Amino acid sequence: MNLAAATNENLAHTSNVLIYSSMAVYTIAFFAHIAEWVFGSRSKVGRTAAALTGAGAAGSSPAKIQVQVAQQGGATAVLDRPKIITRSAAGSRDVPDGPGAAGGTFKGDLWGRIAVSMTVLAFLVQAAGVVARALSVQRAPWGNMYEFSITFSTVAVAAYLILLALKKNVRWMGLLLVTTVLLDLGIATTVLYTSSDQLVPALHSYWLWIHVSTAIICGAVFYIGAVGTLLYLFRDSYENKLANGTEPGSFAQSVLSRLPAAATLDKFSYRVNAAVFPLWTFTIIAGAIWAGDAWGRYWGWDPKEVWSFITWVAYACYLHARATAGWKGRKAAYLALIAFGCWLFNYYGVNIFVTGKHSYAGV
Amino acid sequence: MSNTRTDAAEEHANESEREGESPGEREGRQERENAAELGAAGSQLSTAPREEALATLPAMGVIGWARWFWRQLTSMRVALILLFLLSLGAIPGSLIPQNSVDELKVQTFKEAHTTVTPLYEKLQFFDVYSSVWFSAIYILLFISLIGCIVPRTGQFIGQLGSRPPGAPKRLTRLPAYTTWRTDAAPEEVREAALAMMRKRRFRAHAVDDAVAAEKGYLREAGNLMFHVALIVMLVAFATGQLFKSEGGKLIVQGDGFSNTLTQYDDFKSGSLYDTDSLVPFSFTLDKFIGTYERNGPQIGTPRKYEAHVTYAEGAYGKPKKAVIKVNEPLVVDGSKVYLIGHGYAPVVSVKDGRGKEVYKTAVPLLPIDSNATSTGAIKVMDGYRDKNGKKDQLGFQAFFVPTFAGNGKGTMFSQFPAADFPVLALNGYHGSLGVDSGLPQNVYQLNTSKMKAFKDGKGDKLKQRLLPGETMKLPDGAGSITFEGIEQWATFQISQQPASGWALTGAIGAIAGLAGSLFIQRRRVWVRAVRGADGVTVVEMAGLGRSESAKLPEELADLAVTLHDMAPTAPDEASAEAHSEEPAEGAEK
Ligand code: HEM
Repeated sequence: MNLAAATNENLAHTSNVLIYSSMAVYTIAFFAHIAEWVFGSRSKVGRTAAALTGAGAAGSSPAKIQVQVAQQGGATAVLDRPKIITRSAAGSRDVPDGPGAAGGTFKGDLWGRIAVSMTVLAFLVQAAGVVARALSVQRAPWGNMYEFSITFSTVAVAAYLILLALKKNVRWMGLLLVTTVLLDLGIATTVLYTSSDQLVPALHSYWLWIHVSTAIICGAVFYIGAVGTLLYLFRDSYENKLANGTEPGSFAQSVLSRLPAAATLDKFSYRVNAAVFPLWTFTIIAGAIWAGDAWGRYWGWDPKEVWSFITWVAYACYLHARATAGWKGRKAAYLALIAFGCWLFNYYGVNIFVTGKHSYAGV
Repeated sequence: MSNTRTDAAEEHANESEREGESPGEREGRQERENAAELGAAGSQLSTAPREEALATLPAMGVIGWARWFWRQLTSMRVALILLFLLSLGAIPGSLIPQNSVDELKVQTFKEAHTTVTPLYEKLQFFDVYSSVWFSAIYILLFISLIGCIVPRTGQFIGQLGSRPPGAPKRLTRLPAYTTWRTDAAPEEVREAALAMMRKRRFRAHAVDDAVAAEKGYLREAGNLMFHVALIVMLVAFATGQLFKSEGGKLIVQGDGFSNTLTQYDDFKSGSLYDTDSLVPFSFTLDKFIGTYERNGPQIGTPRKYEAHVTYAEGAYGKPKKAVIKVNEPLVVDGSKVYLIGHGYAPVVSVKDGRGKEVYKTAVPLLPIDSNATSTGAIKVMDGYRDKNGKKDQLGFQAFFVPTFAGNGKGTMFSQFPAADFPVLALNGYHGSLGVDSGLPQNVYQLNTSKMKAFKDGKGDKLKQRLLPGETMKLPDGAGSITFEGIEQWATFQISQQPASGWALTGAIGAIAGLAGSLFIQRRRVWVRAVRGADGVTVVEMAGLGRSESAKLPEELADLAVTLHDMAPTAPDEASAEAHSEEPAEGAEK
C-alpha cells in the first residue's frame, strides 16, 4: 500500500468517526427536543383547545364573524409601518397557530434552544463527515446508497436550518426531523455501509454532480414538505374533532394543540413542494441529457427513469389537486404523501429490488 | 393576541352550530359566500376553468353528449384523474422486464413464470410504454391538455386587453387590508396611488372612488408556456421513438466503418424508420487510449478513455480528426457515435504444416472483469493444410490478461486493466469449426463438437502461456501459432434520434414556464379614498391574490408606506388607531 492510499484510508476512517459523532450529538438534540415537548406540556397548553371548544361561544352573535388576525407587516417591523390585517382566504378555518413545542414555557423554550444548537452542531459534524468521505473517495459523495443516505440527511437538516435562519416558523418539525435523521444514519451505517468504492466510467461526468446533487436537494426538501403534510393531517383531524365538539385524546390535545394551525401547515407544505417542483423537473431533464450523452438515448424507460417520472407526475397531480376545488385539503395531502412515497421507492425500492442501468457500485 | 383567540373561538362556535355539515360542504359554502362578497373583484384572476359538477347531465342528442364528453375531458378533474392513471400505468413497466429494454431478460422471465406469462402478454405488460392502454391514457391526457390550453390562451389574451375589475364594496373582506385617515384630499390620494402603482409596474386605472391595480400576468403566461412545452416534448419524444435507429459496431484499431446497414454488428430501429435515412459517413479508429488510476482507493478506475478517429461526412467528404470519449459522442449530421466499450485484440499469426503463414489477424476478445481479463476464440478457417497437405481447420480458445500476476501467483486473472504484462493463454483444436453449416455462429466461442484437441507429449490437452513474440508449436508438425502483439478495439453505438433538439427546447421551456407559474403571484390591489363623515379622508387598501401568499401582506405594507408618505396620517392619532384595530366591527356598522 502506498502513501496516497493510506491517506485515503485515514480520511475514510475520519469520516466514519465524524458520522458516528454526529449521531451522538443528534441523540442529545433528540432528548433536548423531548424535554422541550415535556416541559411545554406543563404549560397551560389546553388553552387553545379550551377556547376553541367552549368558553368564548356564549356571547357570540349569530352572524358569522370572521377572525382577523392583526399582525405587524413583518418581523423587522418599522415603527411607522402600517398594520396589515390579514384574513385567510375562502375555505380554511381561521384557527390560530399553536404556541410551539415549548408551549410558551421558559424551561421548554430553553430546552428547545439547546435542541436547535445541538442540531446545528450535529449538522456541522455530519457535514464534515460527508466532506471527509468525498475527499477519501476523491469524487462526489453519492456513488452508493451509504453515501447518498448520509448526504441526503445532511441536506435535509441544512434545509431545516436555513428555514430557521430565515426566521420561518419551522421549529415544530425539529423533533420529527432529528428522529428521522437518526434513523437514516442508523440504517446507513449498519445496513447500507459500503467501504470506499470505485465508480464505473459512465458515472464520470459533470452531469453526475448536477443531476445527483439536485436530486438530493429535491429529496431533502420534498421530505420536509412531507413532514409538514403528515402533521397537517393530524392537526386537521384534531381541529375537525374540536369543531365537531368531540374531545380529542389527551396526548393529541397536548401535542397537536402546540402545532401550527392546519391551514398554516398545509400552506407550508404546499409552498415547499411547489418551490422545489421546478428543480425536480430540472433534475429529470438533466438526467435525460446525461443519459443521452452516456448511453445514446435520453429516455429509455429504465426503472429509475420510470420512477422519477412517476414521482414527477404524482407531484404534478398534487399541484393540480391544490388548484382544483374539491380536492384541496386532505385529499391533496394524501396525494403529496403518495408522491413522496414514490420518491422514497425510487431511491430505496428501485436500488434494492429492481435492476436496471442505474444499479452500480453494489448497493 | 388574546383577542384573536376569542375571535377564533366564536368562529368555531358558529361553525359547530351548523350541524350535520361535513367539512367539505362547509368549505364549499364558505367559498360561495366569499365569492358572492367579492363580486367581480376575484374574477378572471386566472384562466383555470370553472369546475363543473360531473353530475350535470347533458341535454339529449348526440351533439349534446359529445359536448358533455368534451367538457368532461377538458375539465381539470379529469386531467387530474388521467395524470394519476398515467403514473399508475407506468408502474408495471418498471417491475416487469420490458422488450424495449432487454429482450433477453423478457425471455428468461417468460420461461420462469409460465403461468402469468399469457396474461401478461394479453395485457401487453412486456411492452407497457407502447401498449394500447398506456398510449390511450397519454393520448387522452394530451387531448385534454390541448382542449384546456386553447380556450385558456384565448381567455388570457382577452384578459391582457381588459382592465382589472373595480374595487369590491367591502375591502375589509379581502385577505390583506389596511386603512388610515389623512388630511390629503381623496382625489390627490387616488392620483398618487395611481402614479405609485404604475411606477411599480402594476396595470392600474381609476374606477369610481378607488384605484384598481393588477400585476403578475407572467404567472399565467408561464403556466400556459409550461403546458404548451409539455406538448412539444411529447411530440418530439414520439417522433424520436418512431424514427430512431441504433446500431453497434466493434472496430479494431486501424479498421474502419461506413454507415450502411450491412456494416453493423447489430441494429435496431423505430417502427417508421427507413434505412435510406442512414446518414452517409465513415470513420476509421486510428488509436484507442485508455489510462487508469494507478494509486489510491480508485486504483484501476479508467481515467481516460479516448477513441481517436478520422471521419468523413458524406460519401466523398474531407477526412477530419476527432476524439470520442465516454459521455462525449461524435456528432455527424444528426447521427451520434458513442464510445461504449473497449478491449484487447491480440495479433496472432498461424503457420501451417508446410511452414506457410496462413493467418494473421488481430482477434478481438471480450473482457470478463473490470481488469480486462478477456476470452474469445481464434478460428482459422481457410488455407490451412496439415503436414500432409490435407485441408483442415484450426480453432483456439484464447484467454488473455493485460497484466499477469506472475508465475506461481495462483491466479490467471488480470491484475490491472492496462497492458503492463500481457499474457495470452491458448489451447488448440483441429477439425471442423462447423462454420459451413449455415447456422449463425458466435465469433467469440468455439464449437468443439466436431474438433479434436491437440495433445502435448504427455497426452494432456495442449496448453501454453505466451508472451508477445512467443510461439506455441503444434504437435506432430501441425504448424505453429505466434502471439505477435496487441491491438486495442473499441465498440461504438451509432444512433440517430430525430427531434431531440425539440425535446430539449420543450424541456427548457417547461422549466422556465413552471418557474413563472409557481414563483410569480398574480395579485390585485385596490386603493379607495373617500371623504368620511367628519370631512377627513379615509384611505383603504386591500390586496387579493390567486392563492394565499405570505408576500401579499408584505407588498401591501410596502405600498401603504409609500402612499402614506404622500398622504400622511391625520393628527388625530387615537381614532385612526382604533379604526384599524377593529376593522370587522367597523365594516359591520
Ligand atoms: C401532462 C400533464 C400535465 C402536467 C404535468 C401538468 C402540470 C401542471 C402544473 C405543475 C401546474 C402548476 C400548478 C400550480 O400553479 O400550482 C399546472 C397548472 C394548471 N394546469 Fe396542468 N398539467 C398537465 C395537464 C393539464 C391539463 C390536461 C389541464 C386541463 C384540463 C391542465 C390545466 C391546468 C390549469 C388550469 C392550471 C392552472 C392552475 C392555476 O392557475 O393554479 N393541466 N399544471
